[in-house]
Amino acid sequence: MQVAVEGPWSPLLGRLTLDAIPYNNPIIVPTFIVAALAGLVAVGAVLYYKKLGYIWREWLCSVDHKKIGVMYIILGLVMLFRGYVDGLMMRTQQAIAIGPDSPGFLGAKHGYLPPFHFDQIYSAHGTIMLIFAATPLLTGLGNIIVPLQIGARDMAFPYLNATSLWLTFAGAALVMISLFVGEFSSATWVGLMPYSEMASNPGVGVDYWMWAIQISSIGTTFNSINIIATIVKMRAPGMTWFKLPVFSWVQLTTAIIGLTAFPILTVALTLLGLDRYLGTHFFTAGMGGNFMLYINLFWIWGHPEVYFLVLPAFGVLSEVVPAFSRKALFGYPTMVAASFSIAGIGWMVWAHHFFTMGMGPDQIGFFSAATMIVGIPTGVKAFNWLFTMYRGRISYETPMLWAMISIVLLLIGGLTGMMLSASVIDYSVHDSVFVVAHFHCMVLVIGAAAFAAVIFWWPKVFGFKLNETLGKWFFWTFIAGSVLVFVPMFMAGLAGETRRLDYVFNTALAPYMLWEEAGVLVYLASVGFFVLMLIVSLWQRVPAGESPWGTERGLEWLTRTPVPFYNFAVTPHVNALDETSWRREAGAALRPTRYVPIHLPHGSGLPFILGMDVFAWGFALTWRIDWLIILTTIAMIAIVFIRSFDRNEGFIIPAEEVEAYEANINTASIFAEQPKRGHGLVGEAH
Amino acid sequence: MHSEKPTLTAKTALWAYEGEEHDFISTRTFGFWLYLLSDALIFAGLFASYAVMDNPMSAFGHPLANGLLSASRGLIQTFIVLGSVFSVSVGSLGLKTGNKGLVLGGLAAGGLLGALFIWFGVSDLQVMAAAGNGPLESGYLACLYALLITHALHMGFGLLWIVAMFVHVARWGLDAMNTARLLCLRMFWQFQASVWVVIYVYVYLFGGAH
Repeated sequence: MQVAVEGPWSPLLGRLTLDAIPYNNPIIVPTFIVAALAGLVAVGAVLYYKKLGYIWREWLCSVDHKKIGVMYIILGLVMLFRGYVDGLMMRTQQAIAIGPDSPGFLGAKHGYLPPFHFDQIYSAHGTIMLIFAATPLLTGLGNIIVPLQIGARDMAFPYLNATSLWLTFAGAALVMISLFVGEFSSATWVGLMPYSEMASNPGVGVDYWMWAIQISSIGTTFNSINIIATIVKMRAPGMTWFKLPVFSWVQLTTAIIGLTAFPILTVALTLLGLDRYLGTHFFTAGMGGNFMLYINLFWIWGHPEVYFLVLPAFGVLSEVVPAFSRKALFGYPTMVAASFSIAGIGWMVWAHHFFTMGMGPDQIGFFSAATMIVGIPTGVKAFNWLFTMYRGRISYETPMLWAMISIVLLLIGGLTGMMLSASVIDYSVHDSVFVVAHFHCMVLVIGAAAFAAVIFWWPKVFGFKLNETLGKWFFWTFIAGSVLVFVPMFMAGLAGETRRLDYVFNTALAPYMLWEEAGVLVYLASVGFFVLMLIVSLWQRVPAGESPWGTERGLEWLTRTPVPFYNFAVTPHVNALDETSWRREAGAALRPTRYVPIHLPHGSGLPFILGMDVFAWGFALTWRIDWLIILTTIAMIAIVFIRSFDRNEGFIIPAEEVEAYEANINTASIFAEQPKRGHGLVGEAH
Repeated sequence: MHSEKPTLTAKTALWAYEGEEHDFISTRTFGFWLYLLSDALIFAGLFASYAVMDNPMSAFGHPLANGLLSASRGLIQTFIVLGSVFSVSVGSLGLKTGNKGLVLGGLAAGGLLGALFIWFGVSDLQVMAAAGNGPLESGYLACLYALLITHALHMGFGLLWIVAMFVHVARWGLDAMNTARLLCLRMFWQFQASVWVVIYVYVYLFGGAH
């Protein structure tokens, strides 16, 4: 009972034909050439330096939470760049295509992008930035920092952790391959309904979008399970709940959101998939379908997802602001309570995303009021950070600059959010770029906090700091770009510019469009400074020492720098909320004097293989290659079965070896190649 | 919070040399309990969709639950699935005494009853589809089928798991890993039975099936 598809279909390749390769598109072909060259250079370098075995054993097969976190962050940064390029293309289109006399290039009537291509770009921009840039960045940070902050050896389920990573990679790979094979969704990142249905959207774009999100969100659900179990079960002795650092608290609230919200998305996308593949009528316009059901389900996930992203950012600020104010965090218990309030209220506000779609005044009143209430715990947090800075000895290293601008952006994004929560205002500005500017301020809060976190914790993982001078250039160009893009966008929104325009008909908007174009080009400079910062810092590699910032407070800084693959040589007994600064003040030992054997999990290639299999499965579903769908499904079940027979319970590092590592800590860095270790040593640890 | 000046006594513990290993079984079962929470949310999404679609407009000229389902057959299914859970749970008492035969016997009886349950459900759906009320006919029917088939797929996955556990227990006995897995399986099986009870009450009885 499969749905008949438009266009050719063959048993061997499904809907895939040579026409699916956009070899005549003047934008995609050069992109492909650059991407292919970069890929060849990367593969060539790996082969030339004979690092294939190293990468396979130490990275692709790794279950080490820090390596997984680093890979998440690399994925996040690569996708952030891709999302930025999408933004650059959209801004450039709107800067050219203004008014009926505007020129057209490359086959477009106005601007240089035909409407269908433009629609794919904004759909990809939203999907990538939220699901494949912000989420991996923050998940990666949580992966690296949470086990260190709670004094654990690894996550509760290291193998599941690797599986989450490779599922996220599989989703991201589907989005990336849609650039060169076929097309991406043109139905926005939320999936407009019933436009995303087969009747009005018969191409493969929506399928790519749907499977990419579906696969990566299952990875996110698994990761949430892992984070909760890790924090509940794996805390070091002495770490009572109210000695848990705030970043770990927010990771717990975030994971609770992830665990409960993402399954709703899974349902929404599965039902859409049934519509598109089997021809049911969940969300169709007719035969008893109800597209408002999709919109509700999507935003029941979508709004908690927003807090899923912003809460870790708040957690980062709660770590960075005290460190650079040289003071304990102000109002720790209220910070915890506020995190839980935000996570809880996040469940009751979803309908504010569609006030104008036929709600009665009672519902509007409820959701409007619930939305405003979010401002209270958020305000508590903002004031706590300000009071932490008050009378602190603030120093303006780059992480602190990012943290402070993050608070400013929170104020701008939050206040415009309050405006939008009032339904009377929302009725007049809904679907305008005012809304777009509002939520970009909020995601810039996340972006700024993520940069603060990357720079702050970088020396912990790598053993050297990022270049401060270039970091400040990166910071100021980024902020200048943000102001130039989003201040005019707020104004253009109030002037009546609607969202997602491939052609701006009102020539009065031209100055705004040109300012925004200037801003997005300043962003390009900031990308350049970021890359330069990475290259120069990697080149110099100035050892950061055991206390890179001089002001660290949390338990994660009690590990050596760079952090060894076994985390703590001896599990610490926790005495205070800010254990490291407590020990410094009390004059207590920062290093153990005697070592014991360490038990660690073994790596496994199965999560990576599963990820590749799921990628092939998503690709087969998108192109409806029946035999490959069946084959990859069987492979998935087989991999789970094979894994269940893997009784390998890890390996032991003897005490003498730990001592040798501690004496020369760089040999234990997560980048150092480790000897192959045997199996089945469990039992000798006791 | 401003803390007092830290004091260090001879009793202050700084390193945890003992008790580093975490409780393996309770970590596994807790993690699995969290998975069940996410599964509960999947069913919550399906129930919510069903509630939205449970009206004549979405039925699009086709009958609603009272014209499709039989409350007495549903009751039989309920007893079968509860009997299955009872068998698996009684069998799991064998974990306390290390009685492998009791564990496997309970699993076998539970698995057979589970298969009977699935057969009942699938044949009901076949009859419904043959009478012209297939899943493609209306939004309401799509929701009904999605809810029932999602539950049946979970039960089917549980059957695969039971089969796998036979192999595992035969090979490794009731060690810590297998105990954790059997406890998770029991939770899974009980959870699916609870979901069925909610389906029976909400879809069958509230829906006015005779």
